[in-house]
Amino acid sequence: MILTQQLILGLLVGGLYGLAAAGLSLTFGVLRVLNVAHGELLMLGGYGTFWLFAIWKIDPFASLLAVGPAMFVLGVLLYVALFQFVVKAHEEARIKNSLLIGFGLTLVLHALAIQLWTADERSVTTAYSGAVMRLGPFAVPLLRLSSLLFAFAILAVLHLFLSRTRWGRAIRATAEDWEAAALMGIPVGKTYLLAFALGTALAGIAGGLVSISYSISPSIGMEWTLKALIVVVLAGLGSLFGSFAGGILLGLAEAMSVVFLGGPYREVVGLILFLIVLVVRPQGLFGARS
Amino acid sequence: MLEIENLHVAYGELLALQGVSLMIQPGEMVALVGPNGAGKTTLLKTIAGLLAARNGVIRWQTETISKTSPQRIVEHGIALVPEGRRLFAAMTVRENLELGAFTSRAQKEKTAQLEKIFALFPRLAERQRQRAGSLSGGEQQMLALGRALMGLPRLLLLDEPSLGLAPRVVESIMSILSELHRNGMGVLIVEQNVHAVLALAQRAYILESGRIVGGGNAQKLLDDDHVRAAYLGPLARGAV
Repeated sequence: MILTQQLILGLLVGGLYGLAAAGLSLTFGVLRVLNVAHGELLMLGGYGTFWLFAIWKIDPFASLLAVGPAMFVLGVLLYVALFQFVVKAHEEARIKNSLLIGFGLTLVLHALAIQLWTADERSVTTAYSGAVMRLGPFAVPLLRLSSLLFAFAILAVLHLFLSRTRWGRAIRATAEDWEAAALMGIPVGKTYLLAFALGTALAGIAGGLVSISYSISPSIGMEWTLKALIVVVLAGLGSLFGSFAGGILLGLAEAMSVVFLGGPYREVVGLILFLIVLVVRPQGLFGARS
Repeated sequence: MLEIENLHVAYGELLALQGVSLMIQPGEMVALVGPNGAGKTTLLKTIAGLLAARNGVIRWQTETISKTSPQRIVEHGIALVPEGRRLFAAMTVRENLELGAFTSRAQKEKTAQLEKIFALFPRLAERQRQRAGSLSGGEQQMLALGRALMGLPRLLLLDEPSLGLAPRVVESIMSILSELHRNGMGVLIVEQNVHAVLALAQRAYILESGRIVGGGNAQKLLDDDHVRAAYLGPLARGAV
């Protein structure tokens, strides 16, 4: 009983882990930079949705259609101002430099959020926030279910973009071999910019969904970066739906740990999974062996 | 016409090319031979824009392209088929070919060019839905060549196209290259199979330790004692 209920909740939160991870995986897979400020970008997207709701009473799901593009633009600015200098370095040096820039960005965005919105927890509470669907003895919070479906739909659209369009294919080609991509006439710098901006938009949308279904505060960034990172390692690079499945797997694992080990172990189980996957299957569950 | 003058390229402190000059006439097929580490791959990558020249000039037709980005060089009509093929292994044969036509110039001709490539390599047409990584070595080399041709080049740079392939496959690749050449394509080819490439090319340059140390008519080089001793080995005599 309790297990099934917890698994339902784990599945629902897992979809958001997956969406957060898909953005991180996209930037990491294409640019080979690790943006540790990914969670802070997610937090900004959450506050964007919160603001639009609190000030103009815009329905949170509708406001995501504005938050996504706005975060895309922010991603363009961040790439031009910071990350374009990182990708000029050799691949080994990129990770190190991106960590420094990412941690710096983390501090700045965290401080900015406290200034703008105070350190209090916030969430978007709509008229339909408490709605629950009954499945026999189990309760499925409708808002969280909608968030899961929304996350899946966003990834499906992105998947179509990456597999069907000229620029989407250019991004995949750059991810596989940027030198070979350049030899095709693909402007690698532009595909980097596009991938980074898309990753930022995904983080923002994930953040919006978090503010709808859960709550946000200026300090949630690190926690979400960590979750996304665990899922990226768990799922492996290169597949959006792999990230989504990995996120759900982490959600389910956390739910089981809550039931069998108790609430405090929830945050530990992901890290244990992280270590096991690194040792047993370093390319990730769904990643291609390189 | 491609013209290279006094080209110097370095990896950090290490000078890989030290004053290379060469010239390729339109539609000419030229071989570049030399021992491992001579700088052959470096030269091709520099022409394609992947490496920056420290000194010297590369001219293509009327323009200087030594400081031009790889994507602009592709638009100018120079395509490199890199060593090891460098296909997008996780993508399908067809996706690889379509990516070859990424530039706006090639986009316009994409459908017609794809048909030509499929006529040239019927195997690729049969396998267009397969992942590039699942092809055999020979098919992969054909795909790499086809992908470069999708960009509508006027000069093809080929880096070791026969590496690791069976003799029968090498033969068919060489015959396709000579057909392309007959139709007016300029070719600069680096090849460890010196005998085959000298039989195919009109002229050759010999590159050693980053310098051009010789060259000339490919037929004459085949008979040259130094070249025979250095690159063709004792077996070459009977192999013609």
